Amino acid sequence: MKKKVVIGMSGGVDSSVAAYLLLQQGYDVIGITMQIWPENKAVEEREGGCCSLTAVNDARRVADKLGIYYYVMNFKEVFEKKVINYFVDEYLAGKTPNPCIACNKHIKFDEFLKKAQMLGADYISTGHYAKVVKDEETGRYLLLRSRDDRKDQTYALYNLTQYQLSHTVMPLGDYTKDRIREIADELGLIVANKPDSEEICFVPDNDYAGFIKERVPDKVKPGNFVDVNGNVIGKHKGIVHYTIGQRKGLGLALGKPVFVVDIIPEKNLVVIGDEKEVFKDTLYAEDINLIPFDKLNGDLRVTAKIRYSAKEAPATISPYKNGVIVKFDTPQRAITKGQSVVFYNGDVVVGGGIIKDVL
Amino acid sequence: MEQKRLIYMDHAATTYTKPEVVETMMPFFTEQFGNASSVYTFGRKSKAAVETAREQVAKAIGAKSDEIYFVNGGSEADNWAIKGIAWAHRDKGNHIITTKIEHHAVLHVCEYLENNGFEVTYLSVDENGLIDLDELKRAITDKTILITIMFANNEIGTIQPIAEIGKIARERGIIFHTDAVQAVGNVAIDVEKMNIDLLSLAGHKFYGPKGIGALYIRKGIKIENLIHGGGQERRRRAGTENLPGIVGLGKAIEMATENLEEHNEKIRKMRDRLLNGIMEKIPYTKLNGHPEKRLPGNINVSFKFIEGESLLLMLDQLGICASTGSACSSGSLDPSHVLLAIGLPHEIAHGSLRLSLGDLTTEEDIDYVLEVLPKIVQRLREMSPLYEDFIKKGEN
Repeated sequence: MKKKVVIGMSGGVDSSVAAYLLLQQGYDVIGITMQIWPENKAVEEREGGCCSLTAVNDARRVADKLGIYYYVMNFKEVFEKKVINYFVDEYLAGKTPNPCIACNKHIKFDEFLKKAQMLGADYISTGHYAKVVKDEETGRYLLLRSRDDRKDQTYALYNLTQYQLSHTVMPLGDYTKDRIREIADELGLIVANKPDSEEICFVPDNDYAGFIKERVPDKVKPGNFVDVNGNVIGKHKGIVHYTIGQRKGLGLALGKPVFVVDIIPEKNLVVIGDEKEVFKDTLYAEDINLIPFDKLNGDLRVTAKIRYSAKEAPATISPYKNGVIVKFDTPQRAITKGQSVVFYNGDVVVGGGIIKDVL
Repeated sequence: MEQKRLIYMDHAATTYTKPEVVETMMPFFTEQFGNASSVYTFGRKSKAAVETAREQVAKAIGAKSDEIYFVNGGSEADNWAIKGIAWAHRDKGNHIITTKIEHHAVLHVCEYLENNGFEVTYLSVDENGLIDLDELKRAITDKTILITIMFANNEIGTIQPIAEIGKIARERGIIFHTDAVQAVGNVAIDVEKMNIDLLSLAGHKFYGPKGIGALYIRKGIKIENLIHGGGQERRRRAGTENLPGIVGLGKAIEMATENLEEHNEKIRKMRDRLLNGIMEKIPYTKLNGHPEKRLPGNINVSFKFIEGESLLLMLDQLGICASTGSACSSGSLDPSHVLLAIGLPHEIAHGSLRLSLGDLTTEEDIDYVLEVLPKIVQRLREMSPLYEDFIKKGEN
């Protein structure tokens, strides 16, 4: 019997080619598009966004071309609860969340996996640029960086558990994005030239603050900018408009470049300082997931990354309370609460967690 | 992906077009293609065919042929009826009465009118999906200009007391429209006896072609046009006549009403065997809709503890075409407004399945569904946390 894989199809080039590669590898493939956020006109009306009607139609046409079963499944309620509400709450708490990480953890590799198993699937698959391999020595499943370093998506996947990894196939990890586009082109897939989507799928215009204000209008309140000594130096529009390290859009004329160095949600304050105050070398993270082993027993040398677009930097991680302390060899710019820190050992993802404190 | 056998149990969504119907249509594509509104003799023959079809439709519902207007389908008929009456009678009042379980082609039109100064009362229904005639009477005000209530529900199959509603409307001098898209070909209809003033129907629900329907408008009813343009359909519905479609609609409705009782009896027997089998073999199952006053081919059941969505996809993998809730434009599923209106809790509404039988259904199909459906439901239940909780509670 062929093994059955359910692949999440967004209508984009990556998941389309991934579906094709799975077929080539001999799997019985079912394509599913997750309907997660259709109530938003902005998302629905714009071309090509994830889970828009266009995306569904594209995915359906690709599935038809490949000759696989294809369905759209409803994840709206759980997405609202686990991703959108989380996103809004974190911002209101003065943090800067990464909703893609929450979506991978709670939706793609949890709810989606469960629904796929209901359809009789042995595995799920996604068009992520990452590799899943089994370490035959330890018997553990490992998550490895993809071959295309520019497209590597392991940062957003650090939460995968052994159970999830053992039920996941990621066929794109050995390809470059350019090669994937070529394959799409060779197959005559209509999506071959679709642009990459980089923004958050439910805030397509990147106006996070506007999105939050629309959902909880009375919770976004103007307040004061203060300097590091607590002196009021101006008025801000509401803390959800700001993130650590931000320089643009502050509306402050102080005769020198100034930056957001802290956000104090309890007092509705945004703290402003010099750029050097944005550089810190130690953080504390919780909600830790580790992949090659269950538990961190002592110090470990890793390279660590504090946001999706950050460069990895050498650091030492050590267990502390419910989480880990990460001490970088050199100070890092704008370590931000709510973002995830992810640890690597070469190409192996060691794990990661959510930044709770900057020390 | 290999296509296994096809078990078509979604006749309420659409039917195939009968070969006899297609045959009648064919000459009007290739040979007798003249424009029915032209002056030359060649076009006149087309016109004659349109008028024959008009008579066929009129006869099927007890109307006169000059009360039948061809449109492109059920949604257009509903839009025209409701907007056309609303705009034509707004000097008399701005109140419309409908129900919570109408098709979206009615509900969304009502919402549109609400945004344009009209007031709409949405009648509730009981657990079987029937409206309360007293509630209807109480809802009528001196501003009420239209009552629009569906003949039979597309999801749960419940048939409303249309003649009684018509009588109430007539007594109060209010125009009565019914969306009979699901009823035509399944229920005997007489617009005279039932006091229906406007009625929507669509060809593809009774083995006619897609893209053609009709609106019956009682003579003397004032209505605004929906589609403006040329003078077709006695200046009430512009657009070159869909000649093959109209001819096909006429043939299909004639065939559907000729053998109505016989056809219904056959479908109902198979339906009952399937329904009884499901109720017997699958515990914790609830029939939705009225036990007797329902469309002959309709089954709508809720299986507790599971999601209809997964169930449908499993059935599709076995070649069984069925439906649940209402399909949205992208094909994903939201809990049905109809099931919520008959009082099903959200999670049970999610676990519903509609099987609609029709001419394509065979006894073998019934056997096959009765063989595989219980297994699928059982499997999904075994994976359901709700079921797990339920079983644990039972053990304690």
